[in-house]
Parts: sequence; structure tokens; C-alpha cells
Amino acid sequence: MKPATAAFAGVLFAIGLIVSDMTSPGRIVGFLELSDPTLMFVMGGAIGVYAPFAWLARKRRSPLFARSFHLPRSNAIDLPLVAGAVIFGVGWGLSGLCPGPALVASGTGRLDTLIFVGAMIAGIAFCKLAKPRV
Amino acid sequence: MILEPGVPLRRAECYLQHLVTTESALRALFGGVLIGLAAAIALIANGRIAGISGTLGKALHADDDGGRPFRVAFLVGLIATGVVGAHLVPGAFGANVAGTAQLAIAGLLVGVGTTLGNGCTSGHGVCGISRGSKRSLVAVIVFMGTAMVTVAVRGAL
Repeated sequence: MKPATAAFAGVLFAIGLIVSDMTSPGRIVGFLELSDPTLMFVMGGAIGVYAPFAWLARKRRSPLFARSFHLPRSNAIDLPLVAGAVIFGVGWGLSGLCPGPALVASGTGRLDTLIFVGAMIAGIAFCKLAKPRV
Repeated sequence: MILEPGVPLRRAECYLQHLVTTESALRALFGGVLIGLAAAIALIANGRIAGISGTLGKALHADDDGGRPFRVAFLVGLIATGVVGAHLVPGAFGANVAGTAQLAIAGLLVGVGTTLGNGCTSGHGVCGISRGSKRSLVAVIVFMGTAMVTVAVRGAL
């Protein structure tokens, strides 16, 4: 049951990205150029739906199909957070791709998108090796 | 959408391909609702944050919190839907806006940045902000601001 709900969540997440055209990097670049507000509608819809469930999760002792919640505990606004956000922002601005849309768009099998995803995985691996348990 | 003379072709193409209409805005809102529901299922059913960078990173890197079945199943669903979607609605997957070398550099930066900063548009943007996390709000403001500056600088070059 647990992996089935996880796979269903992954399917739904990808359909949401495709329906909202987040799998088109031109949309993201348009947003970042302040010429296309589409991303704000996507974020608004997602946060509007998720926020009440996030509140509900706080009231529950455990999720439906697992023993406990695994939620981020850190509240620190530190150098890794800010430096990481800056580095991510440069990559996002250059490509119009962030991890979710990139993984979904890798389904097209386009070589340039696969190169992006391969480089992204290499970047993740580099960080994990440089500093385990990030 | 007005095309100014002198706008590089690539940017002009972006405008032409991605017209903002009431229909596209409603689809975006509906897509956002589906993303919110997907993240809510991950949270309520599995007790997990549906952040893509963290899910991918921790699926690749052995983690002892027992989350691997969730992460692998979530990612399989996500990528399989991309494969099916690319066949059913190829038009929804717009062309890349950068060359191969730039995409490789950008991918590396996205991988390093999201790992160092513990999240991306989904983990910090959707889940973190919804949970009222100040840390996520700061991350979103910083990466959106940096990305806007990057696009502006790239356009000016």
C-alpha cells in the first residue's frame, strides 16, 4: 500500500507539471523575465491545496501508512542554505529547468535534457561525496 | 504580448510559444492543485516531504531513515508519467532555451545548489512555504532573485 501511494503521488505530481506547462523551460524563463506569470498560478494552486494538509499533519501523531512523519527539523538560516539557493538560482536561470520538470521532461528522451539530468545527478553525487549526510 | 525589435530570436520564440491566456492560467492553477494533492498524499500517507531534489538525492545516496521504498516508487511514477506524457502530449514539452554546454553547466549547478541548500522549487517552494518555514521562504526568495538576475544578465550579454 505504501509504495503504491508513493507511486501514485509521483504520477499525479508529473501530470500537474505537464498540465501547467512547467515542462516548457520557456515558461520559466518568461516568469524570470517578469513577462509570464504562469508559475505563480502553479505555486498558488499547489500551496493552497497543500497548506491545509500540512496543518492536518501537525495534528496527527503518524501518517496513514508509516510509523512516523519525516519532516525537516532545521530552522537555521545559514550559509549552506543561502549559498545553495544562489547556486541553484544561477542554474535555474540559465536553463529554465528545476529538478521536478527536468526529471519529467527526461521522459522525452531528448539528448540535451538527458545531459542536464546527468549533470544534475553528478552535482548531487559530488555534494554527497564531499560532505556525506548533507 | 509585444515583440520589441532587437529581441534575440530565442527569447522571441519563447514569447510566441507560451502565450498567457485565461485558459493557460486556469490550466496552471489546475496543475498546481494536482501538485499540491500529490505532495499532500506523500505527507499524509507516507509522512514524507515531496521535494524532488531531496527525494532524488536521498534515493541515490544510502540513507538509513527507511525512506528508500517511498522515494524510488515516487520517482518511478514521476519519470514513467514523463515518458507516457511525452508520447501523448509532445507539445507540452517545449524546447530547451540553452545550448548543450550551458545545460550541462546549469544541471551541475542545480544539483550542487539544491543539495547544499536542501531543496528546490518543490521542497522549499511548495512544501516549505505551506508549512510556514522561514528557512524555505528565505531559500525561495534567494533562488528566485538569483535566477531573475541570471536571466537578465544572460539577456544583456
